[in-house]
Amino acid sequence: MSSNTMNLTLKVWKQKNSQDTGHFETYQVKNISDEMSFLEMFDVLNEELIAEGKEPITFDHDCREGICGACSMYIDGKPHGPWLANTTCQLHMRAYKDGDTIVVEPWRANAFPVIKDLMVDRTAFDRIIQAGGYISVNTGNAQDANNLPIEKQLADDSFAAAACIGCGACVAACKNSSAMLFLSAKVSHLALLPQGEPERKIRVTNMLAQMDKEGFGACTNTGACEAVCPKEISLTNISRLNKEYLLAGLTSEK
Amino acid sequence: MKWSEFFTSSIGKKFVMSLTGLFLISFLIIHASINACIFADLPIFDSNDNGEIFNKAAHFMGATILIRILEYGLFVGLLLHVYQGYLLTVQNKAKRKVGYAVNLGNRGSKWYSRSMGLLGTLILLFLVVHLAHFWVKARFTHTLAPISYNGKEMHDMFSEMKMVFSNPLVVVIYVLGCISLAYHLAHGFQSAFRTIGVHNNRYNIMLTSLGYGFAIIVPLVFALMPIAMYLGWVA
Repeated sequence: MSSNTMNLTLKVWKQKNSQDTGHFETYQVKNISDEMSFLEMFDVLNEELIAEGKEPITFDHDCREGICGACSMYIDGKPHGPWLANTTCQLHMRAYKDGDTIVVEPWRANAFPVIKDLMVDRTAFDRIIQAGGYISVNTGNAQDANNLPIEKQLADDSFAAAACIGCGACVAACKNSSAMLFLSAKVSHLALLPQGEPERKIRVTNMLAQMDKEGFGACTNTGACEAVCPKEISLTNISRLNKEYLLAGLTSEK
Repeated sequence: MKWSEFFTSSIGKKFVMSLTGLFLISFLIIHASINACIFADLPIFDSNDNGEIFNKAAHFMGATILIRILEYGLFVGLLLHVYQGYLLTVQNKAKRKVGYAVNLGNRGSKWYSRSMGLLGTLILLFLVVHLAHFWVKARFTHTLAPISYNGKEMHDMFSEMKMVFSNPLVVVIYVLGCISLAYHLAHGFQSAFRTIGVHNNRYNIMLTSLGYGFAIIVPLVFALMPIAMYLGWVA
C-alpha cells in the first residue's frame, strides 16, 4: 500500500505551568505519512525536538483507540479535530494535505486549568463522579440477571449514555464551559436502570452541586457539545438530567 | 434541598428562565391576537371598520381589574427573565477566562442560540421605545385622543398607531425589533421545553417544529402591523 507524505506547519500552545501565561509556538513537520495518526505525528515531532535538545510538547494520551478519553486536543477550533464522532487519537493525517497549517490548543475552561502545554487538569470530572456516580450493591453473590427485567429501549438508552468516555470535549466546545452533557450522560446511565433507583434523587442533587462548585457554566441548549462528542452522546440526556433535577428539587422532603 | 439551593443551582436558574420565557410566549399570543384586530379594516373584511374592533379589544384589555393584575404579573415575569438572563450570560461568560485562538463558531451550533443575550438586549431596547409609544400614553399620560362607540368613551389607539407608524424610521425600528424577537424565539421556544425536562423525542421533534413555526408566524404578524399602517393597507 502506498502512502503520501506531507509537510505541515503546526501552531501549538506552549505553557510551562498553570501560572505561566503561555504562547503559540510554530513548528515545521516534514515527511508525515497520511497513514499516521494525529498523535503519531506529534510523536515524530517530539522525537525530533528531543534529538535537537529541545523540550517536547506535553499532551495527554493513553489507549490510542478512542475508548479511554485521555487525548484532548482542540484542533483548528474543534475538539478532537475535523472528523465526526472521533477522538484525537483516531484522527488520521489523511484528513490533511501537504502545506496545511494546523492550530492546536488545549481545552479552555476555568474548571480545566492547563497543567502544561496541551495537558489540562480534568480531575473535576472525577470529583463529579465521586459526588454521586455510583450505585449501592449488597456484598455477596450476584443475583441472577433475570431477576431484574429491564425494558430493551431503556437498556439501550442507558448503554448509549454509558458510552461517555469523560474526555471533556463537551466542555471545550460549550460557549458556557458547561459540563452538562458529561453530567447528563452519567446521571442518565444510572437513572434509566432499576439499580440506579435507590440513590436517584441524591445522585443528581449532589452531582449537579459538585459541577457548579467546580466552576462549570450553565447549559443554554446550543447543541455544540453534542456536535463534537466523540461518542455521540445525545442532547436528550441534558433534558433528562433537567427532569431528574427538577423532580429531586421540587419533591425533596426538606 | 433548600429552595435557595434549588434556585441558585445552574439548572434552577435555567428553570426560572424557562418558566418566565414560556409565560412571556403566552403573552405574545394574546398581544398578537388582540392587535391583529386592526386587520378587520382590510377591504376583504370591512373597510368601514376604521379600527372599531381593535379599539374595543384594546379597551377590554384595560377595563377590568383582572387584566390589571395580570399586567403586574407580566412585568414581574419580564424583569425576572431580563435579570436572570443577564446574570446567566455574565456568569457563563466568566467560566472561560482564557479564550481560543480559533473558535468553533457555526460548526456546532446556530449563531442565534449563542446570541440570546444580544438578541434579548435588542428586544429590551425595542420594548422601551414600544412602551413609550403606546403603553405610557394609555396608562399614565392619557394623551391619546378619545373616541366613543354607542356612548362609551375610550382611547383611539387605532389613530395613535396610524400616527406613530407614519414615520418610516419607526416602522424600520419595529421591523428590526420583530426580527430580533423571531431569532430569540427560534432558540428560546424549544430550549425552554428542554430545560423543564421534556426529553421524549417525539415531543422534542414536535416542539422544535412548533417553535420554528411560532418564531416565524408571531413576529411576522407583529411586523405586518406597522407595515400595513405605513403602506395604508388599513386606513
